[in-house]
Amino acid sequence: MSTSTERSGRSSGRSSGTDHGAPDAAAKAARSDRARSEARLGWLLAGPAFVVMLAVTLYPILQATYDSLFNYKLTAPDDRTFVGLNNYLVILTDSVWWRDLGVTVFITVVTVAVELVLGFALALVMHRAIKRLRGLLRTAILVPYGIITVVSAFAWFYAFDITSGYVNNWFDWVPGIGPDLNWFAQQGTSLFVIIASEVWKTTPFISLLLLAGLAQVPGELEEAAKVDGATAWQRFTRVIVPNMKAAIMVAVLFRALDAFRIFDNVFIMTNGANNTEVLSLLAYRTSIGQLQIGMGSAISVLLFLCVVVICFVAIKLFKVDLAGARGEK
Amino acid sequence: MGGVLSTRAKVWWAVITVVVLVGALFPVLSIFMTSFKSSSDLNSGTFLPPRWSTDNYEQILSTGGSAQDLFLSALRNSIGISLIATVIAVVLATLCAYAIARLDFPGKRLILTTALGVSIFPVVSIVTPLFNLWRNIGLYDTWIGLIIPYLSLTLPISIWTLAAFFRQIPWELEQAAQVDGATPWQAFRKAIVPLAAPGVFTTALIAFFIAWNDFVYGISLTSTDAARPVPAALAFFTGASYFEEPTGAISAAAVVVTIPVVALVILFQRQIVSGLTQGAVKG
Repeated sequence: MSTSTERSGRSSGRSSGTDHGAPDAAAKAARSDRARSEARLGWLLAGPAFVVMLAVTLYPILQATYDSLFNYKLTAPDDRTFVGLNNYLVILTDSVWWRDLGVTVFITVVTVAVELVLGFALALVMHRAIKRLRGLLRTAILVPYGIITVVSAFAWFYAFDITSGYVNNWFDWVPGIGPDLNWFAQQGTSLFVIIASEVWKTTPFISLLLLAGLAQVPGELEEAAKVDGATAWQRFTRVIVPNMKAAIMVAVLFRALDAFRIFDNVFIMTNGANNTEVLSLLAYRTSIGQLQIGMGSAISVLLFLCVVVICFVAIKLFKVDLAGARGEK
Repeated sequence: MGGVLSTRAKVWWAVITVVVLVGALFPVLSIFMTSFKSSSDLNSGTFLPPRWSTDNYEQILSTGGSAQDLFLSALRNSIGISLIATVIAVVLATLCAYAIARLDFPGKRLILTTALGVSIFPVVSIVTPLFNLWRNIGLYDTWIGLIIPYLSLTLPISIWTLAAFFRQIPWELEQAAQVDGATPWQAFRKAIVPLAAPGVFTTALIAFFIAWNDFVYGISLTSTDAARPVPAALAFFTGASYFEEPTGAISAAAVVVTIPVVALVILFQRQIVSGLTQGAVKG
């Protein structure tokens, strides 16, 4: 990119020197001159950020793709041998990958579904609240947003933990819950607490996106529906939701991609025990934990491809206009 | 507006507010209470500490406390690394967003799309190659070794948020000031900076929260207290003795690092909300 900038800069310098043509041509030259120098300044200002973004993502994913073709362990770095796509074959025929993919997809789907409902409720509450309450409500919901995910994980873990927790005492009237229930000893209950922590921490984000969408629904439409005798539920499903479809789609896609990367909550609460391992944790365990760089890189690349597929499906199938909804005109 | 509400509506709003407050703050209160339990009360199975004790805070804060070295160095690392990553991201993003908002040049869309792509990139996919590279070139377990990957978290959102903020600035003011006789620098400083500063500040706040929250890079790219940030350190806390669970110390440390977050949220809730939603919908 920087070379093209330099080239345009140089040529603009030359054209400004040969400025003798007819007035019309001169004006045109001046205009394109201006456009060129504007383009040059634009890339001069935006270039560094662009280069840094590529350097911190494009380089690592290319390196990972290359490493994934080798049998490469840091425990025996000299035994590096080219194995082609064998690592991918090993992973995709291993039940661990499919189990972890299943857990990750389950967490993603449940989390996003619950958050969409709660987030909408919160957004409506903030939208309707009188000014005095609005500040208080916003402050309250920003606390989970700002808190460190690891702190949230510990807070939920200690509350449910069989030795330090109080949840078993509080809810022993619920069938199935009692002093002997070890929430982190089996898959279902572990995932329940993991999802609860994830939902608590990230619902504020989705509700703020939905709140911004609500602000764009024309108030007259709702008034008109009210005058025509529509119930609150009808107004919600027939007027509000259709008019903020774009905002909902974007919020869901962003949260889904984020939930798909879930790591912190699982690492702290179970570290993947009892079939609660997610894909990010599998990649971490393989490359950082076991120092199998080749295999770990292959998992990283597959994880990246999953994200690409989710994006592709969302944009092509559901026509989510990310750029349009995120400020680009 | 408050006067027109009926009594029934008032009751409803009171109930809703209480529900939201409890839902949003309960887990924080929960770990706050745990942090004041003495080691013998940690398994009391109660929400409130049977006896209030500051032992856990002494463990992480006072000289001679068993986890003091670990916690204070992690705190120093987290603050330093997150601040530097935030400043670099906001400076680069300010230049970039200014160009996007004010100049017409080919590739604008490419830059915004790239920022979007980077923001959804799975962090774990970046960490494996960096782990290997950092060990070879000596950046493993250093501040710089975390600051560089943190830019992948802080830079994209900064560009989006600032571009949205800058699009709303009435840039004609700058020309108006110049017509009135101000130099270009004066016009920029007096007319534009006061309008742009709140956006830049809000963006910095959001970027800082994101860097402060990182866990994956923190545990993967550090091994000692030379660079290990708070979230990673919390996961590696050990009890005062081999037989003791680190529950109390972790809870106290968690509360200490949450206080600044709550303070910033209370002070700047309006700005944070506008920043988060600006980047998200048409600016």
